Amino acid sequence: MKHQFVDGKSVPGAKAEADECLFEYLHGEIINYVVSKSKESSEEDLSQLEWMGFSVGYRIIERLTREMQRFKDELDIIKFICTDFWNSLYHKQVDNLRTNHHGVYVLHDNEFRLLAKIGKAGSRQYLCESPRLLAFTCGLLRGSLANLGVACTVKAEVTALPSCKFNVEVQRM
Amino acid sequence: MAVCVAVIGKDNSPKYIKCVDETNALQFHYKVHTSIDIVEEKLNIGTKTVADNKELFLGMLYSTEEYKIFGYATNTKIKFIIVLQSSNATLRDNEVRMMFRKLHIAYANVVSDPFYIPGDQIKSRAFDSAVSEIMS
Repeated sequence: MKHQFVDGKSVPGAKAEADECLFEYLHGEIINYVVSKSKESSEEDLSQLEWMGFSVGYRIIERLTREMQRFKDELDIIKFICTDFWNSLYHKQVDNLRTNHHGVYVLHDNEFRLLAKIGKAGSRQYLCESPRLLAFTCGLLRGSLANLGVACTVKAEVTALPSCKFNVEVQRM
Repeated sequence: MAVCVAVIGKDNSPKYIKCVDETNALQFHYKVHTSIDIVEEKLNIGTKTVADNKELFLGMLYSTEEYKIFGYATNTKIKFIIVLQSSNATLRDNEVRMMFRKLHIAYANVVSDPFYIPGDQIKSRAFDSAVSEIMS
């Protein structure tokens, strides 16, 4: 709860906290739906979830970049993703960004919002379920970048809750 | 104010084009088509030089005796073109900027519609009314 109060202050013009919960509940239900649908097969199929994220990201980026200046290059776009984009979705910035300057970017979030309420910090109890919570965001990243003209693949990595890494690998033509 | 409004997609395909005078539509289609080249040119210069040209509004693309043609390109490579009558001397840059702003807001709303498939032609009543507001 403390987390949310801090957020409310840091975002100018932020609405009540209720709308933040709504997203989390809806997101949770979508995961339930997708997972229950793919129960028949032995392996969990999260591609549908990823696809939903993609189409949301593809659309939402038009709105989020409306007031922005034109981006100079790829790094500029990634920086936007790490700051403004992350801020408007998760009310915080990405904590660490690393790149090899050859199309690989690693976005490191020490307290990812969708993972923040899953058990204690460092708990391993729900570690194997956590990919479900990240698939949507992976798609979101991929969709947003695709609409900005950066074709890429996004992989998520969790080693210790609630921190996670997103590996963005740009596909060169 | 405006006599023609057009939205051009990523791949330079027409997504939406509307003219005040539909009998003369072809003439405006040509004008919009010509302006794509100038838009591309301006966007490419933007990547080379670092400073100034970071605004989405591209300014006046070209003018003829009768018309002035203005351009705007979003971060997602969607281009908006507005054709204005040259005789309309009172129109300032800022007013044109406002028109594009309205257009961009309307476009963002269209894209946010889950039933709209990105890349399709725009068929939306809300967008139509926003465009006719710009043209009135």
